[in-house]
Amino acid sequence: MNLRYLLPIAAFGILIPVFIIGLQRDPSELPSPYIGKPAPAFTLPSLEDPDLTVGSDDYAGRVALVNVWATWCVGCRHEHDFLMALAKREDIPIYGLNWRDDREEALMWLQRLGNPYVASAFDQEGTVAVDWGVYGAPETFLIGADGTVLHKHLGPLTEQVWESDFQAKIEAARGN
Amino acid sequence: MRTLALFLLLTAPVAFAIDPGRAFDDPELQARYEEIISEVRCLQCQNESLKDSNAFLAVDLRREIRRLLSEGKTNAEIYDFLVQRYGEFALYRPRMSGKTMLLWLAPLALLGMGAIAAVSIVRKRMALPLDAGDDETDGDARVTERT
Repeated sequence: MNLRYLLPIAAFGILIPVFIIGLQRDPSELPSPYIGKPAPAFTLPSLEDPDLTVGSDDYAGRVALVNVWATWCVGCRHEHDFLMALAKREDIPIYGLNWRDDREEALMWLQRLGNPYVASAFDQEGTVAVDWGVYGAPETFLIGADGTVLHKHLGPLTEQVWESDFQAKIEAARGN
Repeated sequence: MRTLALFLLLTAPVAFAIDPGRAFDDPELQARYEEIISEVRCLQCQNESLKDSNAFLAVDLRREIRRLLSEGKTNAEIYDFLVQRYGEFALYRPRMSGKTMLLWLAPLALLGMGAIAAVSIVRKRMALPLDAGDDETDGDARVTERT
């Protein structure tokens, strides 16, 4: 066959898979540049008690989750039940980063829906969120024992996401 | 009454202005500030620059940029600060690097391929005798005959 006919067919054959893959990706999901790099250290006032602090030192040396949440965030309400279930398993400590929220409302939320967090840091100004490259909520970071960001999940956590994206990484991190 | 209504209507948008007032007294710093915030994407609402956005992430990032500028950081250092946290996507004009090379070179490559195709087609046609006529000129001829 002549190149003249083969070329468009070849171009079509290349473009279609590119489109199929490209269109199924969510353009609002950005990969975190922190994956495989140390998570920024922070110290913030505790949500529960402004006189106490919560920071990266609290989970240093352990594999932990840092979950960005807020009462204005609809997705956070969606994942809350899963976080409660996860906390009950006592498998991995969950630290909260309460992002640009109202302290009273955030405490009410935890009282009403339950508190899955070991502790929540109160980031009213959003400075730590900027350091961590947070651009939406909920976001969940998986932090290794050495403080490296192993994984970042955008959007609500579910059992399905947990099994497919977190469990293997946690096991691998603990195996080392 | 009418004048008052008109006045209120015209001044209302001012109340919603983004960061009203100048950030810096120094005109040079102010100019750099405005340049940077129009070059950076608001990650929360990706089709707006930091300058155009009122999302609170944009408010926070503008605050961080003002802080860095007043600390005497250069534009390049400020862009680094943002890229380190949010990736190249934060910049409307990503910098040339291994990762973004394809992005920058693909248009040039496509243009080059187009040029090669155009030149080869023109060369082929020029090699044909003038009266050989392909399908297209036949079509043109028929149209001319009918008019």
